[in-house]
Amino acid sequence: MNKPKYTIAVTGLNAIDSPGPGLAIIRGLKDAKSFDVRIIGLAYEALEPGIYLHDYIDKTYQIPFPTAGQEVLFERLSYINSEENIDFLYPNFDAELYGFIKLQKHMEEILGIKMVLPTIEQFEERHKVNLYDYGIKHDIKVPKARAIYSTAEIPAAAQLYGYPLVVKGKFYDAKVAYNNEQAAQHFNKISAQWGLPILIQEFVRGSEVNVCGIGDGKGNLLGAVPMRKLYITDKGKAWAGISLDNERLLELTRNMVESTKWQGPFELEYVKTVDDEYYLLEINPRFPAWCYLTVGAGQNQMEALVNLAMGKEVEPFKSYKVGTMFIRYSNDLIVDINEFEKISTIGEL
Amino acid sequence: MRIKKNIAVSDTGFIFNPSSGDSYSVNPIGMDIVRHLNQNKEIVEIKHAIMSDYVCDDATFEKDYYDFTMMLRNYKLLEDE
Repeated sequence: MNKPKYTIAVTGLNAIDSPGPGLAIIRGLKDAKSFDVRIIGLAYEALEPGIYLHDYIDKTYQIPFPTAGQEVLFERLSYINSEENIDFLYPNFDAELYGFIKLQKHMEEILGIKMVLPTIEQFEERHKVNLYDYGIKHDIKVPKARAIYSTAEIPAAAQLYGYPLVVKGKFYDAKVAYNNEQAAQHFNKISAQWGLPILIQEFVRGSEVNVCGIGDGKGNLLGAVPMRKLYITDKGKAWAGISLDNERLLELTRNMVESTKWQGPFELEYVKTVDDEYYLLEINPRFPAWCYLTVGAGQNQMEALVNLAMGKEVEPFKSYKVGTMFIRYSNDLIVDINEFEKISTIGEL
Repeated sequence: MRIKKNIAVSDTGFIFNPSSGDSYSVNPIGMDIVRHLNQNKEIVEIKHAIMSDYVCDDATFEKDYYDFTMMLRNYKLLEDE
């Protein structure tokens, strides 16, 4: 039987020290058994390494930053679609997701581009700022937290939670502070990059374990692989990790998906205490950069998600290989300046 | 006591806990003790076996044996029958 060939657009091509998930997703799509792919890269900046990885990406287009608004984004995607006829699109940044969720209906009806994303309610509800209430609503343990807008609010928050505490950006970044001065430093640094509010969160001691999975929007968990970070960079990113046999984590994940009717990919970040209690730190409404581990462990979740969007019958994955490891590496690409010139000036390569 | 059932122990002395992702290496004596523990042997039998293979006195064996099993317990690798 002939396999269909899909044109799939992917963002998050910044395979840097704090990497976007784009390249991992592309690798998963290239490994898909049920379809062939042509990959269209969508980049924000000319130095995103994925743009120049021609073995992975057939053509890349620059797209406007989320701050430009949905109309500008839709216009650009309309042009790209007129050239490429895109079947499916994988947005991969937290900061761009809001715009893509808002455009989802339009993109499918007018451009014929499918996406599998959480609903706007699911997206907003799990936001870091709202996560504590989310935990109460869905019976999930979440460290106590409060959103603050000024360093003057730090002492009051510290009084509530004590030191150490965690200072978190609304999209990315989290740092542990041991006193008011440190907390203020982290506040200024993170807010300069990611804006306000800043989240002050109770510090829960333990080891970090994460789950990468997909929900079908009807309460069913289609796939999930728990992972423990074995090597963490100074930015808190996993540089190596290993798949775990952890029924408790899978149960927590099943409950979350069932309770929220989660739709699309997600990453759950938990901290496991010495008493074997799990606290949910974050729900990322997209695949994480380490998602290729799920393929290595026997669950090609990226392929499953595309098939789900295409209306195919997708059976939930029943197992995965425990003890599968990933180890990230960095590499220097040699790039002709003509390529850099092309993407910088005409926005295509 | 014995090593938990879900813990993978290889012949090379590599021990992997699949629920935490932690892995450890033990030396040949440690590997021998782990093997004896997995055969549900009592300390007296283990002592006898180890002392017949290695030059060691009673007191040293007992001290090192308790240190080693304490470490296995701390790492949540042991379970009691």
